[in-house]
This record gives sequence, C-alpha cells and structure tokens, in this order.
Amino acid sequence: MTARDRVRIMRIRDWARPVPPARREVLHATPETDEGKPPVLFVPGFGHGAWAFAEHWLEHAAARGFAAYAVSLRGHGGSAAAPKATLRAYAHDVVQVAAGLPRQAVLVGHGAGALVVTRALARYPARAAVLLAPVLGDLGTVVTALRRNPVGTLPALVGGRLRLTRRQLFSRELPEPVARAYQARLGRAAARAQWQVLAHRAPEPPVGDPPVLVVGSPDDRVVPARALDRAAARYGHAPLLFPGMGHDLMLDARWREPIDAILDWLDKGASF
Amino acid sequence: MSIPTDHDSHAAATLGRDDRPVYDRGETVCVIGAGASGLVAVKNLREHGFAVDCYERETGIGGAWNWRHDRSPVYASAHLISSKPFTQFPDFPMPDSWPDYPHHSQVLSYLDSYADHFDLRPHVWFGTEVVRVEPADGERWDVTTRSTGGYGAERVQRYAAVVVANGHNWAPKTPMYEGLDEFTGQVLHASAYKDPAQLRGKRVLVVGGGNTGCDIAVEAAQQAARCWHSTRRGYWYAPKYLFGRPTDQVNDAMLALRLPLRLRQWLYQRTLRMTVGDVTRLGLPRPDHRVFETHPIANSQLVYYVGHGGITPVRDIVRFRRHSVEFVGGEQIEPDVVVFATGYLPRFEFLDPKLLGADGDGRPELYLNAFPRRQPTLAVAGLLQSDSGLFPLVHWQTVAIARWLRLRRDAPERSGSFQARVEADAGRRWHAADVEDSTRHWFEVAHVDYLRALQKALDELGVVA
Repeated sequence: MTARDRVRIMRIRDWARPVPPARREVLHATPETDEGKPPVLFVPGFGHGAWAFAEHWLEHAAARGFAAYAVSLRGHGGSAAAPKATLRAYAHDVVQVAAGLPRQAVLVGHGAGALVVTRALARYPARAAVLLAPVLGDLGTVVTALRRNPVGTLPALVGGRLRLTRRQLFSRELPEPVARAYQARLGRAAARAQWQVLAHRAPEPPVGDPPVLVVGSPDDRVVPARALDRAAARYGHAPLLFPGMGHDLMLDARWREPIDAILDWLDKGASF
Repeated sequence: MSIPTDHDSHAAATLGRDDRPVYDRGETVCVIGAGASGLVAVKNLREHGFAVDCYERETGIGGAWNWRHDRSPVYASAHLISSKPFTQFPDFPMPDSWPDYPHHSQVLSYLDSYADHFDLRPHVWFGTEVVRVEPADGERWDVTTRSTGGYGAERVQRYAAVVVANGHNWAPKTPMYEGLDEFTGQVLHASAYKDPAQLRGKRVLVVGGGNTGCDIAVEAAQQAARCWHSTRRGYWYAPKYLFGRPTDQVNDAMLALRLPLRLRQWLYQRTLRMTVGDVTRLGLPRPDHRVFETHPIANSQLVYYVGHGGITPVRDIVRFRRHSVEFVGGEQIEPDVVVFATGYLPRFEFLDPKLLGADGDGRPELYLNAFPRRQPTLAVAGLLQSDSGLFPLVHWQTVAIARWLRLRRDAPERSGSFQARVEADAGRRWHAADVEDSTRHWFEVAHVDYLRALQKALDELGVVA
C-alpha cells in the first residue's frame, strides 16, 4: 500500500476549522419517471457556473432517465461571492450538495472542477466519478497554457484572472456568436484556489472505491493529451477521447457525444 | 450498478441445531441493531462487498435517537453536546443550514437520510429481535430471531460473522440507596424523563452530574418550583462556546498544535477559570480531578442557573426517608420528584458474556472496543463513550471491522499479525489522561487517542491486493 492509498482519519483541520457555509446555486433537471438510476452531479471548472451544464447536458441526462444536477462553486455563477475560497471550500460545496441528494450520486467534474471532485471523493463515497478534461495541476498543463495563451494565463499565476481564448475552449464548429456569448459569461475562481491548482497536496484516496472514468479531447488546447493519459492511468485505464472538440465539451457543437458516452458507461454499471 | 438484495436468497434449511432447522446464509454478515452504529456497519460492510442481514427490534431506524422507540433515552429538549464536525459521519456531512449543535430530532432525520441515501433499508429486518447468538462450526454463528414481543416462531440462520450494534444507552442503571423503597415521592430514571411538563411546579431533585443530569437540572430550574442537583463530586463545566466558537473546535485547534496532555490540561483549566470562573463561589464542589479525566460536560446554562438561584447544588445522597432525602453533611430536603440521571449499563442478553471476554463485573474485554480476543468473526460496533461525537468513531470502527472480515476472507494467510495484536491489546484503554475507573467510564475514549490507534489498525488491514 502506498501513502497515496492510505485513508487518513485524523482530520483535525476539518474538525477545528470547518468550512464556513455559503449560499449555493444548484440547477437541476429531473426525469419524468424514476428508473432507479443514480443522480448525477456536475461540477463546473473555474470560471464556469452551473449554467454551463444547464445549457445542454442536464436536460439530456434527464431525458435518459438520470436526475441531473449542477452546482456553482462558491464565487461562481449564482452562488455567493467568495474571493478567499480554497479548494477545500469548493470540495465542501460539492460534498454538501451530493450528500443532500436523495440517493448516492455520481460526481462529474470538468476542468479544475475535476480536481475539486478528486478532493470531494475523499469526503463522500460517490457511486462513480467522471473527470472531464481534468485540470489536475500537473506542470504540463500550465506550460501548454502559457505557450498557447500567454496573455490570458500569465495574470492567473500572480493571482489575477485567467482568460481562456475561444480557440482553447471551443472547436471551430461552434458558431462564433454562440462562442462569444459563452465567453462573456465566464467568471473567475478565487486567487488562492488558482494557486492551489499548481501547488497542492496530492488528494487523499477516494472513499468507497468508486469507479472513475476520464473523458477528454486530444484536441483540447487547455489539457494536453498526455495529461489525460496520466490522469486515466492513475485510475487504472485509458481516457475516453472525443477528437475535434475543445476544452468545454459540454458547450461545444458536438456536446451530445461525450454525455452519451458517460451515460452509457453509467448504464453499463460503471465498470472499468 | 445493481446489487442483488440479500432477501431473495433464503436457502432451504440444510443444517440442524438441536433438532431445529438452520438456514445457511453463506458469506452474509449479520448486524444486530439499526441505530446509528448498526446503519453505519451495514453501509460499510456493503461497501466492502459483503451481503448483510440487519435485525432491528423496532419498526424504524434510529435506535436511541428515535424518540418513538420505547428504549429511546432522548427527551424533548435534548441537543447534541458535540458540534457538527465532530458529530457527523466523515463521509456524509450534516447540512450547512443546520446549527452548530443540532436538536435530537435533526439527528433522527439525518439518520433517515443516511439510510435512504445509501439504500440501507432493504437490508434491515424490522420488528425482528435477536434471541440468541451461538457459535457454530468453522467460526460461524447461529443467530436465532423472532418477531419482537415473542410472537411467531423462532428462526435460526447461520452467518459468516456477527456485528453487535445493540447500543448501550437503554438499560437504566439506578443506584441502590437505603430507604429508597419507603420514599413516597415520585422516582424516575432519566430514561423515563421526556418532557419538562413532568417537572412543572414540583420540587425536583436531580441526581447525577453527567450531561443528562445537567440538562434536566437546567430544565427543572426553568420549570419546577425548586431544583436541587446532587453530584458525588465536582466537575469541570465547559461552556458550549468559547471565544465565539464551539468549544470542541477550540479544543481540537489546541490538539492540532500537538501540545503535551499536561500542558493542554493546564491551558484548558486556565481558560475555564477565566471564562466560567471559580464555581466553588456558587456552592458547587471543586473538581477533584484534572480536566479530561472524566467524561466532559458541555453545558453553558448549569452554572448560570446556579448563579440565579434556580439550581441548588447538594452533595451525595446518604439515605432516603418517607418524605425526605438526606445528604452527606446531614442536610435534608423534601422533594416531590427524584430524577436519577445515573446512566446506563451495556447489555448483551442474547450473547454469552464470555464470548466477549467479559470480566467478573460484566465488562467486555475488546480490542479497540470492537474485537473480542478469541472470536475473530464477532465484533461490537459503537460500544464507546467518546469525549467527542460518536458517529465518526463508529464509522471508522466499522470500516476496520469490514476490512478485517475482508482480509480474513481474501487473504487469511495474512491475518495473523492483526489477530496477534487483538489478543495482546484487548481491554486496553484509549485515553492519554488518567480516566476514572467506574462503569461510567468503562468505554471512555479520547477521540484523538482512539482514532490514532484505529488509524494504525486500518493501515494494517488495508493491505489487500
């Protein structure tokens, strides 16, 4: 057993300094009949709010029989402002929403939201987890971002706002005005949380041993293909790839393909 | 993602025990009780791949926390004495919208959502009580059940392992006093105290300095005509808030600094002297022990009501008379009602005490309060008195039980070292401070010392390929 697999039960920080509550926005779509499928909770990445999933995926998942929820991390979307938030506070938001659902939930995290999900998995025994174009803080991702978009990335390294370009987020297939409208809705994560993406302790192991799926695009200009392979290898399999798509798989023109693949995986029993 | 429920596979009886048919449940584990400890045992055993049959004598979950149950000790006003982070299961937090110290009814609704969230109810046989648990061949167990109240026939089933989670706060312990029989006033145990209306306008004597005794004394101060509070000794009365934060959170912030116990005791006693002050000035006895050496009391109101004359502290009881009670020192009072908040005793009526290694007094000898020395497939969950919340401790305890059973099943050749540790350390106490040796403190653990020991056990048991 490696140190990474060791569940840590002394959590004095959690006990002595619990995360203060914050008002959270949760959007949802529920299926017409309950088929006994697990609820799915989507966790947007930094800068995105629950709206990013409300655009297509929530309704689509509901149409396929999954109760679908999306949370805005504090400081994002319709949730309360939180300029001092940390990864721990974001993970707290996810666990609070997940534990409030009627049944054991599947967690789906996008971008840095996937990093938040890996943290949440140590505090909540998810039914399964999906890491979508995960930004897990390896150096390769940062170098790629700096090379492709130095003007938008550099300020984030000194606590400023991260500005991702249209080409990083979406494929050319997405009509220009739609892409611009999405970009206008982007906000920012707290500066401390941004730093923590680069410098954080390895997440504690997931509780309850959930199956984990990594999904991404080889043409993602934020998360390089190598980073996807590494993330998937950590959970003992290969990533599920959707060539030709940008980083925002849930908003891009071909948004239907990845969500269908994820729901198929869940329908099959989430076995990998 | 579908897991077959355990109920549909009741095999025909192929075995027998004293001419009774025995139904073999294979690798299934039996959990006794669907209170907090039983539920978390069911959840964690299932998470580790075990089929589980849980028996519950009542018709609902929640055990002690379900006020509808006749064995429930909760009273209308009962609130938690540990704040939320210490109270909730480590993998299922209580809602942010709840207060620092939730009400007992919130705890029941929390357990309800826990059972629903993890779909535990299909594994519980409600209204079924366990009559006997007897060892069978191959370190397996024959469990005899029947409908609660003794209706219907008994049924014997054979299990691979048994986890006892029948609680320890339901069999009242009432001390014997000279003359108690002839006392004409009303006498009740705290377990029968439900509502302050029972005290309204009466002269009330509350016996016992534990958290329940202090709570009831405070209610009597608000509702009764008079209230006396008898304690055998002086205690440290910790307020529920210090420096504007829940006291247990402040205390654990000190723990994070890893200060030595003596220094922590000194700091905490200093803090209490500065905040609560010198309680002997109000007529309360001086604590005769260092803080952390008895079960902590968290009550901000007791000292307040003593200061307002609502509660009169009295000493230990010497004897009862027809209409009065006499205390050490000769003082006599004439109460209408005497409430004994004198605690509970653990009871395992369905199990031979020797199987749990019980000594002459009936105190089981267990490793980590869970594992008996000679019965590798028998475990007890929740037999703990914590200086903090119980649920996190039972959670990790049942994870350890599940990992132990999994190790025995999957890699029995590697189970030797843990078994040796169980035999060596059974009965050991998990409390750095020098804790009082009374039945009140039989199962007393300091959450930090206990969890550190449990961490080691979990690390050892986690090694499964």
